[in-house]
Amino acid sequence: MTTKVLMKGSEAIAEAAILSGCRYFFGYPITPQNEIPEYLAKHLPKVGGTFLQAESEISAIYMVLGGAAAGARVMTSSSSPGISLKQEGISYMAGAETPCVIVNIMRGGPGLGAIQGAQPDYWQATRGGGHGDYRLLVLAPATVQEAVDLTYQAFDLADKYRNPVMILGDGILAQIMEPVELPEANNQLPDKAWAVGKNENRPRNIVSSSYPKVDELEKVSIRLHERYAQIKKNEVRWDSYLTDDAEYVIASYGSAARIAKAAIKMARAEGIKVGLIRPISVWPFPTEPFQNIVPQTKFFLSFEMCTGQMIDDVRLAIGNERPVYHYGRLGGVIPLPEELLAKIKELVKEAK
Amino acid sequence: MDKVSSFPKTLVDVPMHYCPGCTHGIIHRLVAEVIEEMEIAFKTVGIASVGCSCFCYDYFNFDVVASAHGRAPATATGVKRVHPECLVFTYQGDGDLAAIGTAEIIHAAVRGEKISVIFVNNGIYGMTGGQMAPTTLPEMKATTSPYGRSTALTGYPIKMTEMLALQDGCVYAERTKISSVATINKTKKAIRKSFELQIAGKGFSVVEILSTCPTNWGMEPLESIKWMEENLETYYPVGLIKDEKEVK
Repeated sequence: MTTKVLMKGSEAIAEAAILSGCRYFFGYPITPQNEIPEYLAKHLPKVGGTFLQAESEISAIYMVLGGAAAGARVMTSSSSPGISLKQEGISYMAGAETPCVIVNIMRGGPGLGAIQGAQPDYWQATRGGGHGDYRLLVLAPATVQEAVDLTYQAFDLADKYRNPVMILGDGILAQIMEPVELPEANNQLPDKAWAVGKNENRPRNIVSSSYPKVDELEKVSIRLHERYAQIKKNEVRWDSYLTDDAEYVIASYGSAARIAKAAIKMARAEGIKVGLIRPISVWPFPTEPFQNIVPQTKFFLSFEMCTGQMIDDVRLAIGNERPVYHYGRLGGVIPLPEELLAKIKELVKEAK
Repeated sequence: MDKVSSFPKTLVDVPMHYCPGCTHGIIHRLVAEVIEEMEIAFKTVGIASVGCSCFCYDYFNFDVVASAHGRAPATATGVKRVHPECLVFTYQGDGDLAAIGTAEIIHAAVRGEKISVIFVNNGIYGMTGGQMAPTTLPEMKATTSPYGRSTALTGYPIKMTEMLALQDGCVYAERTKISSVATINKTKKAIRKSFELQIAGKGFSVVEILSTCPTNWGMEPLESIKWMEENLETYYPVGLIKDEKEVK
């Protein structure tokens, strides 16, 4: 029998990072994710690791770059405005092919916005975020258990593809407490022959995103693009709920998907055949499950805690085959299942 | 006859991209010679910044991480925390360190980060074509201060090394210049001292090196050196700013 422990989402993410072999964390305080740095400040020194609070998010991400270039498993975490500040460094890390894990606990925006959980940074996360033609592997957990599992895997994925991986959560996920089963500590970290450090028996290593010769930079861009194609091929993750006979399909990720499930149960009780497709990897986006379900589906409804961003990816997946609608609340207002149910019923009525 | 000098193995034997009369080449060589003489190339990691010296990774024959504009001290922090046994130094110009990178450099000093900073100050942005820097002297012409730097409009030159020396985490700060064999030798000694302090685990140290930019100053190399000594040096006096002995 496995033992479960009750943990807050943010602390569970932090513990999963330690179990995955992360020994360096550089960050800067911002609500609603402060329990991640606080947990690591307490627990990293116990396993011989280093927690360092930087003077800014910008500095933190460049400490991450340095630690990653030195071959370590490194993480930073922040929330929407802080992630905006990190974008320069994230772009440099994508260009320098340095693996790391970035946790983004989204809150309402734009600007300073509000500290409550929201999902307004899907575009920023899935389109690269910083400058340049790059991608992050972006994983969006909906439960504390999934946050643990995905954070644990994120370090392996970052090392495998030599690319930053983002855990895209929100204030709800970070603050909620749920029982979780923790994975075993990973003691087998990969060798990184490309990293800087002691270099007695090898030629010098250079970790850089600087390629002043255009033909050289084009080759690098092609290599990165090919790597992204591999990620698209290997790392698509998604889940579904009551889609077998669904006539209407909700697209939703993260905390919003949990609200969607509750609304679906209520709709089913009223005989409305509605189901859920929940992208877990939001980049790469799971296009196939959406394409495969088109024949039985009358419309899609993208349910997000923003004005509608993932809706673009649903439309890119299915084209003009079916209508794609959006429902969501903004600025950190948490939508109720009843509201979503009302929207579903309104759209079902219109569709008939 | 004994061989007294040779091309250091810690430099790559390729032509440098620097302009004629630029002092980066000399400073690169000093850094490389010190590392070779200390026999620590196998555990040295340089951090390149952004500016004329951003391609120093092409010239240094040891590990280098290239950082972004102003962020080299943060990147150095990440490397040093993972590899405390390594010699980690940043190589930064005044546009990089004294403008966009002020927060990163000050807080590296505040933390007493065990890194060395080679700070090359010529009072102007070189790489981007001669714009005004925070270090540009009053009335000095630059492409973005075409009538001379107006202190009413842009304030006064920033004295970074003095500011860094004020921090308790900074164990050694010295300003030198590249103008003659004697000052080149003094600069080399300062770099060596900084590296030795780091290897001894002492703390943050900075060597500011006054240099020239004949291209963007619009002067001949020799004239540039004279101008540097008569103008830049009066605002940024060379000498020891904070010695290790002062550290409690």
